[in-house]
Formats: sequence, structure tokens, C-alpha cells
Amino acid sequence: MKRSKRIEALDARPVNLDGYINEWPEMGFIAMNSPYDPKPSVKVEDGRIVELDGKTRDEFDFIDQFIADYAINVDRAAASMAVPSLEIARKIVDIHVSRKEILDLVAGITPAKMAEVLNQLNVVELMMGMQKMRARKVPGNQAHITNLKDDPVQIAADAAEGALRGFSEEETTMGVARYAPLSSMALLIGSQTGRPGVLTQCSAEEATELELGIRGLTTYAETLSVYGTEKVFIDGDDTPYSKAFLNSAYASRGLKVRFSSGSGSEALMGSSEKKSLLYLECRCLYVTKGAGSQGTQNGSVSCIGVTGSVPAGIREVLSENLVAALLGLECASSNDQSFSNSDMRRTARTMLEFLPGTDFIFSGYAAEPNYDNMFAGSNFDAEDFDDYNVLQRDMQVDGGLKPVSEEDVIRVRNKAARAVQAVFRNLNLAPVSDEQVEAVTYAHGSKDTLPRDVTADLAAAEDVLKRGITGVDVVRALAETGFEDIAASVLNMLKQRVAGDYMQTAAILDRNFHVLSGVNTPNDYMGPGSGYRVSGERWEEIKNIPHIINPQDI
Amino acid sequence: MQISEDLIRQITNAVVSQMSQNGQGASSSGSNKAPSMAGRSRINEEKTSYKDYPRARKGTDPKEVVIGVGAAFQKEITKTIGGIPLDDVLRNVKAGIEEEGMIPRVVKILDTSDVCFMALEAAKLSGSGIGVGIQSKGTTVIHQRDLYPLSNLELFPQAPLMTLETYRQIGQNAAKYVKGEQVVPVPCTNDPMSRPRYQVKAALMHIAETEQLDPEVGAVEWEGK
Repeated sequence: MKRSKRIEALDARPVNLDGYINEWPEMGFIAMNSPYDPKPSVKVEDGRIVELDGKTRDEFDFIDQFIADYAINVDRAAASMAVPSLEIARKIVDIHVSRKEILDLVAGITPAKMAEVLNQLNVVELMMGMQKMRARKVPGNQAHITNLKDDPVQIAADAAEGALRGFSEEETTMGVARYAPLSSMALLIGSQTGRPGVLTQCSAEEATELELGIRGLTTYAETLSVYGTEKVFIDGDDTPYSKAFLNSAYASRGLKVRFSSGSGSEALMGSSEKKSLLYLECRCLYVTKGAGSQGTQNGSVSCIGVTGSVPAGIREVLSENLVAALLGLECASSNDQSFSNSDMRRTARTMLEFLPGTDFIFSGYAAEPNYDNMFAGSNFDAEDFDDYNVLQRDMQVDGGLKPVSEEDVIRVRNKAARAVQAVFRNLNLAPVSDEQVEAVTYAHGSKDTLPRDVTADLAAAEDVLKRGITGVDVVRALAETGFEDIAASVLNMLKQRVAGDYMQTAAILDRNFHVLSGVNTPNDYMGPGSGYRVSGERWEEIKNIPHIINPQDI
Repeated sequence: MQISEDLIRQITNAVVSQMSQNGQGASSSGSNKAPSMAGRSRINEEKTSYKDYPRARKGTDPKEVVIGVGAAFQKEITKTIGGIPLDDVLRNVKAGIEEEGMIPRVVKILDTSDVCFMALEAAKLSGSGIGVGIQSKGTTVIHQRDLYPLSNLELFPQAPLMTLETYRQIGQNAAKYVKGEQVVPVPCTNDPMSRPRYQVKAALMHIAETEQLDPEVGAVEWEGK
């Protein structure tokens, strides 16, 4: 066939590098509504749910049982289930119906009913729902802080810059898992250098992650994964009960924690039980709620390549974010994984959470170039900072970030790098040279830094665990090496765990370590003239982008 | 029916590979030529039986490294997601182990298609306690028998980026762990665009692997299959 030059040009567009698939319900490749999804139903006897979404108690798998026993308000179940799904959907977008009223109503519905409600809403209505149902009044943002070399000095510098740019939470992970103790320490030090009060976590194997948290080397946890089918849960060597137990372990030490789920994991693992992506994610979120977690990271997350490949997949992603908010959970709404080769498509996808605002619009914006992102790439990266700032300015939307000056960036990066150098020396861990501090200070990514002695680093990482080094040792080392201000901030972060206020839903800390959560600063949106509006000092900050024309230069 | 690159390509309508075909039956926008799979519940209608294969034994040789390959390895799936023939993958991992003076043994894991658990099972069968798990799509883990399942010595999650050289280094490093040497992990590679490009394909390959599992058989010897 002689080819059309127009079609050839279109075929060569980046969007056609993405993977797409037809709906295939039998394998779970269907966004919102599988013909095999159950019909909503509930039956309560003696204060106990004995039938859930078409299954009687003897037919329950462990997820059904957990949801029936812990995630649905039994007293409300009959009344809530009697309200037609369309009516619930309309209430969600009705500005005259408060968030609280919706939360109470929805507390009595089942996962299948929840999916049915969400199926009534188009993307604009979903955004309206999210604007009202988000837990915290002011939206927030979270960064990924990683690099290809697992270089702790670069982690500290990028964490400092990220904190300066406005991220409320920072998450790291490793290419080589054994680096975790050093990565956590560097992230903790760097974050507090950039802006006091930023929360940090290290995504690692669960037992390691818990240990790092207990030692005070991290200040929250996020990677408690739950799944929508029993088979995938078991493959992960877990049950809803073991996750609830792990959640309690963190809580016992006063650490903030959120669960993690996201559509597509069951289909990716080949165990979707023919159910839609949305219905299975509803089950995950009910398990999250039932386990007593204050929040979730969801929105397909690392399986966005699956959900993004099916028709209405991106509508489904926002739907699952909204389900989290409807259940009263903090929602860190993904956008944290490279999603498309097309700049148009990846931006459009993020607008669905950016415009209404979520508790954390990204649950991992790559605050380094994507080649350094060890979560296999985020949807936005360090090279998109100015684009993002301009989007905030264009639309007068608070996306959680702000423009910064080059002088400030260099200053905080250098200070963080020197602080890590000093702490490592003080604690007799792996050495950091002055040349390395210099390289990291001015670096964009790990291509601009010096190689680390990996063997020495890994020995030091092991040493941190063996010697029982804790957050208090980091405080002492900082204080002894002249970084009293950072020492004070790290100590303040440790104190949060004694107070425990930051375990409330959707909590973040301001620079004075005051908690801002869905409890003390709840979202009170009820239409125009209410809720959070970008104004005052914050609007001035957003407006102040670099590269503005000075009329006097003309 | 065997799963092949072609079938996956049909299903996923992966324009990636078709672009290079320069118009020879390549995807043309607007006409969706991928067949509907609705109503089917498997990729391969047939399931291979491993009943007659010798069950994998627990090794006693302290120099042994066991390689645990996926259920569809070299059968229903013959190439990694990046297109490397699995015969070559296996040859290189074994060569790497041998170059360091250790002895490879290959088993096929039929109880799980999760690469961490595959690798851990291989490690538990290994006389040295070090094992390598390789999924048919190419994802690889080096594991040690006394670690947590989801922990590992080295993990190579981005299968599309793997080369034969990487597989050889994996074999070498696995052998070095046996010898108790200070091991420098194989440097990580990262392509942020591999998810949008390959994840659906990865899901389909995983389904094709998982549907061949046979937990009742467990693990079988796969050396020189």
C-alpha cells in the first residue's frame, strides 16, 4: 500500500509509542464496569453483615469478610443502600450537600455500590466531587528523591531543594535495596535543611521500612500495599489482617502511615477474577479503611501502564482517587509514574487531580531528572518544575510548589551536602569528599556527580543497622558538627511521634511544626465563595516566576 | 497454540514494533486490527504438563547456584520482553556463574510466577543458598535463602533494558555471593518510558506465564531441557 504522508506523520507521534489494549473483561482489562462485577447488595443480621454484594457469608473470601466486619458502618448500611446510586452521585456534585453529609451516607454502602455510584459521574463531575471531598483544606504535594547511583549526598541535596520548592512530603527508594539506611538518613537531613517540617519516608522491603521508621530515620511510611483479590494478596505473602497489624506497629511508635493500592495490579498479576479495575480498587480502599489507616496512595500508581491502556482508563484513575476521598481517607493521588510518551497526554492526565486539588496531587513528583528516578520514572520530573509553576500561575491553582531563586537552590543543596558529609564523618560512616559536595551542589542529576565507593557505602549502611544508629544519633551528630538548626529540626520531627497529632487524616507540618490536617483544617468547600481559594501571600508566591518581562528593559 | 511476539503484538496493538516495518501492513491509525479477546480466559489454550519431569531436588554442593526459570520459559515464551532469546539468556547466566568457578543448575518453578518468590525458591534449592530467579519476560532477581521473600541481593526490574552482558554479570555476581566476596552490584539502568511502552505487554506475558503454573508439581529439573 502506498502510504499517506499525513498518516506516517501521525504514526510517528510520541503518543503512538504508548501501549493500548482492547477491553478484555475476562482478564480484568476493563476500566469501570465489567459484566462480571457483582450487583450491590447487603444483608444485616444481629448487627453483622451476612450478605455482601451478592455473596453470603459462607461464600466470602478473606477480603469480603474483612470488609463486611470492619469497613462498612452496619448501622447505616440498610438506609444508605436504599438510596439510588444516581442520587448519591448527584449529591456528590451538589454544592448544597456538605462533605460531612456525603461521608455519613457513603459509610454505609458496599464496594459494588460505590463502583455503581462512580459510574454515574463523568470526569468533570469527578473533579467537582474531588474538590469537595478532599480531606485537607489546602492541597499538597509529595516528591520522589532518588538517583541512579543511590548517592546519599545527592539525595540530601535534592531533598533540600525539593523542600525549598514546597513539597510537604519526600519519598526515597533505592536501586540497591541495602542502601536504605543511608538513603533514609540523607533524606531526613536534606529535607530539614530545605524547609523544616517536611515528612520523609523510605520505600523498602516492609520489615526494613518498619525498622527504619522505629529508629526515627524516617518520619512516615507509605508502602503498605493492599490488593483487590485474595490471590494477589497471598502472592504478596499477606492478608488484610497482616496489613492491619503492620499498620498498628507503625501507630504504636507514633508514625504517620498510609496504605498503597491502585488499579491494574491484579490484572498485571493475572488474577483479576474478571472484575473491573474500579471495582477491585474499591475493595482495596475498603480494606484500607477497615484496617484503620488514615489514608492511601492510589490512582493506579505503578500499574498506570495497564489502566492507561484501556478505554476510559484515566477516568477510572480519578474515580478511584475520589473513592478514597469518599471513604474519608487521605488521598495521595499518584501521578507518580511515567505514563505516556506524549507530553500532551501526560499533562492532561495530571490536570484531573491538579485542578480540583487532592491531599497530595503527586505521590511522587520526581524532584530529580527522570533518568535518576528509581521508581522507574515519574509523570513529571525536575525538568518540568517551571512548566508546573506556570500552570499554577495560569490557572490560579495551588499545586503545592513555588518558584525559587538559583541562589537559594545552590545554598540549600550545598548546606545539605555538607551536613551529610559531617554526619557521616561524625558517625564514622562512608567518607564524603569536598569534591563530591561541590559536584552535588551544582548538579542536575547523577550524570554530573562523582562515583561513590559502593562497597564502602554498603558496609556503612550495614553498620548503621548493626550499631543501632537512630534519629537521635543523627541529631547529636548534626549538633556536634555545627549544624544546630538542622539538628533542632530533626529533633522536632522526632517529637511529632510523641505528640502523635500528625497521625490524623491528611496531616502535614508547616515550617513551625504545626499540624495541618483534615481534622484541624478540614476541607469546607460548598461551592463558589467557600473552601480554599488561592489568594494573598500564597498567590504572590505563585505569581513570582522567573523570566518575566521587565517593561523598562524594552 | 504457542504464545509468540506476534500474538502479543496483535493483542496490544503495539505500534512500537510496527513503526519500524515501514508501511508493510503497519498499523494505520483509525483502523483497529487487534482482535477482540472478550469471552476468552486464556492466552494459550493448552497447558504444558510437567508430571513426567524429575522433581527439583535440594542441592548439597556448596558451590552450586540454582537458576529458577518461569513456568513458560523456553516453551510458550521463547524471548524476553526486549526480544532476547531465552536460550541465550540462560547460556549467559550459566557462563557467568561458571566463570567465577561455581556450578549452575537450572530448575523450572511451577508454584509461583512472582520473581522474588521464584528466586527465593531457587535459593532454597541451591546447595550454596544463593539462587537466581528469571521470569520468561526477562525480569531477574538474585536471592539468598535466609532473606525475606520481598527482599533480595539484587533486583533487575526493568526487563526491557536487559542485555546479554547484564545476564552474564548477574551470573558472575551470584557466584561471587557464594564465595563471600565483597560484591559490587551490577549497575542499575533506568528508562522512565519503559512503563508506557511495555507494561501491558508485560501483563500479557505474565498471564501467559501464570496460566502455566502447576503448584502440585512444584519445581522440576530443567537442565538441558
